[in-house]
Amino acid sequence: MAGAATHLAELLEASARAAPSRVAIVAPDGRTLTYGELDGQASAVAGFLRAHGVRPGDRVGFCLPKGLASVVVLFGAMKARAGYVPVDWHGPAARNATIHRNAGVAALFVGAARADVLREWPAGTLPPLVVAVPMADTGSAAVPAATPPAPFAEATRSWSDALGHAALAESPGARRREDLAYILFTSGSTGVPKGVTLTHGNALAFVDWCSEVFEPTADDRFSSHAPFHFDLSIFDLYVALKHGATLHLVGEELGKEPKALARFIAERRLTFWYSTPSVLALMAEFGALPTQDLAALRHVLFAGEVFPVPGLRRLTELLPAPRYWNLYGPTETNVCNFAEIPLPVPPERSRPYPIGPLCSHCAGLVLDEQQREVARGDEGLLWIAGESLFQGYFGRPDLDASVFLQRDGRRWYCTGDVVKWVDGEGFLYVGRRDRMVKRRGYRIELGEVEAGLARDPSLREAAVVAAPDAIAGVRIDAHVAGREGRPSLIAMKRACAEVLPPYMAPDRFVIHERLPRTSTDKIDYQQLKRISLGESSP
Amino acid sequence: MTPTPDAIEYELRRYLLAEFLPGESPANLRDDTPLRTGGILDSVATLKVVSFVEQSFGIEVEAHEAGVEHFDRIVDIAALVRRKRGR
Repeated sequence: MAGAATHLAELLEASARAAPSRVAIVAPDGRTLTYGELDGQASAVAGFLRAHGVRPGDRVGFCLPKGLASVVVLFGAMKARAGYVPVDWHGPAARNATIHRNAGVAALFVGAARADVLREWPAGTLPPLVVAVPMADTGSAAVPAATPPAPFAEATRSWSDALGHAALAESPGARRREDLAYILFTSGSTGVPKGVTLTHGNALAFVDWCSEVFEPTADDRFSSHAPFHFDLSIFDLYVALKHGATLHLVGEELGKEPKALARFIAERRLTFWYSTPSVLALMAEFGALPTQDLAALRHVLFAGEVFPVPGLRRLTELLPAPRYWNLYGPTETNVCNFAEIPLPVPPERSRPYPIGPLCSHCAGLVLDEQQREVARGDEGLLWIAGESLFQGYFGRPDLDASVFLQRDGRRWYCTGDVVKWVDGEGFLYVGRRDRMVKRRGYRIELGEVEAGLARDPSLREAAVVAAPDAIAGVRIDAHVAGREGRPSLIAMKRACAEVLPPYMAPDRFVIHERLPRTSTDKIDYQQLKRISLGESSP
Repeated sequence: MTPTPDAIEYELRRYLLAEFLPGESPANLRDDTPLRTGGILDSVATLKVVSFVEQSFGIEVEAHEAGVEHFDRIVDIAALVRRKRGR
């Protein structure tokens, strides 16, 4: 069946035909949808959308908590051959409204507790179809069902109208792999979110590759930890449902609570876990893992940032049974590199693990700033081509011009990440192009300074940013948080001195209780830069 | 004034903490904590320490004495001061 689908919704439809009564989704509040129910509800929403003027190629926005309704809406949108545009449920109202406005959504589903998002739209500009989803119907555990905020005045239709609508009757023959599937907005370096536009074919290339590598079965139980506006969710949703497995949605209220997450994995007997490294590192440290029975766990996948080796070592020592996978890829390419971590993690290792070879659906080039290929083993920018590559930034052809390159008859995307090839390991991630600074004539990769700090066992986390300095030109600030109490400057400096040349040692240490994080749980470097520039305080 | 033997270490520790280790717990800076090889003092910072030592203890440090051999630990710097003052 691999590769046979033309649309993501077909993965759900095939599993629903094969086993309609099997549980597809378990919501944070424990409610479930079988494959038959999910497929039926999504078809109803698709019929409802089409009846209210949503055409193929249109965008359907939603601002919903992680829950059953959000899954129904995204499949409903795709069945109507529209693309879905998720936003951060907890995101600022103005930002969410800007994203949906810039995407030109033809319909919008909003959880009743977030009517504030609609009030950010200028009068008279809301899309014609606005659906209020009562909190009790979102399937989220974040808001007690007993006190649902009332659906708001801006709504033109109710959620029950959508679910009660006749299913869309449309021949699947109309579907094309090139059809828009979803737009994920990522933070732009200039502060304006960029809409990464992906087709069904883009996503399916990645999903089908996952089937080959991870060989999931209908007996698997997947986590869905990442929010739907984060690209890690593509694996969770579509790999799980393609194989008729069960997807366990992790509610926002559990999202950052290590003990509760560990308990969740144990109680749901999850077999697949996928999240950012920071979530796993916190679980290793604070999750009381030895008290939980996690024997069912087969695969632990992480992506989104570098996993500092001490945290990975701790995790794999506590949980040695699963296989561990480092997945790499910007939202723009889907996952394009992968590496299985060989266990055990040696005690002396501090260098991060490589991102590995390219996935079979991708091609890669390592080019210098003049777009010439570098010698094998030299550092350069990683460019990616292949079926999973996105279409462009929605409505921003100006940005597309700066990231795409036509070469050898293919379209290549510049990841902005500096890599080098290491024989036997694949690509090693060196750092962001924009995380490279020159100081005292030396080129300094801030990620390398972070790796040095990671050797200090008293630090829980460390992130390094560069800031302009009147005297040195560039100052290197290390933002750190200790495990217990205030970390020792002497210990941190010594950890750096052991592995870094003196010119790479941080000039300043800024001590935090915990480092600021973005809504997708990555370290918020923009905020750290503001702190370093004196525009914000820790 | 002539500092007592322990006072040399005390003065050095006070200076190093204030100048290079703001906020550090004084207990973490021991007489045998590596300063140069431990990343606390780079070459520029070492020059500052040398000049502090010369001014505070009235000695002159030769260029060849300003290396790791005499400036890696408080105990080494103090020994250098004592030896020079004993002359």
